[in-house]
Amino acid sequence: MQTVTRANLAETIYTEVGLSRNESAELLETVLGHISRALEDGKSVKISGFGTFSVRQKGRRIGRNPKTGVEVPILPRRVLVFRPSQVLKARINGLPSPAGEDE
Amino acid sequence: MTKSELIAELAAAHPHLLARDVELIVNTIFDEIKTAMLRGDRVELRGFGAFTVRQRDARTGRNPRTGEPVPVREKVVPFFKAGKELRDRINRGLPAPSRRAATHD
Repeated sequence: MQTVTRANLAETIYTEVGLSRNESAELLETVLGHISRALEDGKSVKISGFGTFSVRQKGRRIGRNPKTGVEVPILPRRVLVFRPSQVLKARINGLPSPAGEDE
Repeated sequence: MTKSELIAELAAAHPHLLARDVELIVNTIFDEIKTAMLRGDRVELRGFGAFTVRQRDARTGRNPRTGEPVPVREKVVPFFKAGKELRDRINRGLPAPSRRAATHD
């Protein structure tokens, strides 16, 4: 298994779009930045054919330090969840894309 | 926010780029991530998060309407784990103390 990084994505933008390497890397950062800002504002980000990133609110609960067994309160927090689109799930399993969803 | 809204926002912030190119950039990014996951590769974007695929075993599910057992085949699911920086940004403005208790890694 390989790991794809920012450098690989920037390189693909460079070859596909024809911007300079520098600008490709900057644009990638800008795209991630805009997505992050929307999520930070509590908005969900829906990328058709790929999936939806959304923010879920979690309530306070009592957790436990698994090492010591000491109870610790877990404060209310927000977590990011990613729901892959039906199209992506189907493709990853080598199945035909479900009808009714755009790619 | 949808992909087209994201593209519009980016195009407005980069007036020297054609909207068409902005769209191509956004599509290229998600297509590359998708292609990597199709290969079973991991995409790691420090500060943002990591995309991986996870194997799920076959199991016996149930038709929720009839309660009838249905075999579910083993499958692969796309998975995203938010990076630390993004997790922190999402929680900015919420009470901060003992955040350590809330994140296990």
